[in-house]
Amino acid sequence: MEPFRSVRGGGARAWLAAAEASLLRSLVGQIMALVEPEESAVIIDPDPARPAGPRDAAEDAELAALEAMVHGPGADSPPDDPVLARLLPDGYRDDPESAGEFRKYTEPALRSAKYAAAQEMLDTLPDDGGRIQLTADQALSWLKALNDVRLALGVRLGVTEEFEEQWSRLKPDDPQWTAYEVYAWLGAVQESLVQALH
Amino acid sequence: MSAAPAEVDLPRSADNPVSDKPWVTIVWNDPVNLMSYVTYVFQHVFGYPKKKATKLMLDVHHKGKAVVAAGAREAMERNVEVLHGYGLWATVKQDK
Repeated sequence: MEPFRSVRGGGARAWLAAAEASLLRSLVGQIMALVEPEESAVIIDPDPARPAGPRDAAEDAELAALEAMVHGPGADSPPDDPVLARLLPDGYRDDPESAGEFRKYTEPALRSAKYAAAQEMLDTLPDDGGRIQLTADQALSWLKALNDVRLALGVRLGVTEEFEEQWSRLKPDDPQWTAYEVYAWLGAVQESLVQALH
Repeated sequence: MSAAPAEVDLPRSADNPVSDKPWVTIVWNDPVNLMSYVTYVFQHVFGYPKKKATKLMLDVHHKGKAVVAAGAREAMERNVEVLHGYGLWATVKQDK
């Protein structure tokens, strides 16, 4: 990768290898699947290999409709998945009632916004890598989407302020070693984009 | 029995029509968010000069949290929504 650099008139440019582009595509896609509004997520068959008759689809749609009804404007409790809870945090601390109200009215829009930023990043990420040229708005979407990927990975790895120390304690054959390497690389990519926009 | 109105929730301001205590937006420390990114977000979202944005970021980093804005509850909730969009860990609180 060639890190991001400023572009005259705003925005940024960089160059990515094909493998790097494909890695980003996969990670950002995972965030999209996570933050996708729940109503539509239910309709997607979690296991496409499972033979699903028309009846299952109808049942799924019914379930989705029911869930949408039960949820109303949006869920009012934090998601169980710690990654999702970090991506969609409470708006109030030590005040579950206000936090629930806040979540009910803001979580659907927050999910959509995160989904849209991720989509814009994918739209501006060349399939086989290569040159990337971003407007200021597109760069902002990249910053947000990259950050969401780092948050998700950070929560899964249990990253602390002593990340470098945590990483150095791992042996290269540790199953988590690659994830740490990816996490560090994503940080460098994001850092170069922040510097290019400053 | 009567039909329930479509909107059962009163606007927020009706909960607490008169309050002299200001509301604040708090940002909490987080091991993932880059220092440069947090500074950038403070500049971009609030229009703070780099010096003020950097000081707030360092407060978050060293003290664990910082008040980054104060004002009406609705405005603070809007801030928090925007900050969550950037992946910052932000909450609303009534100042005491």
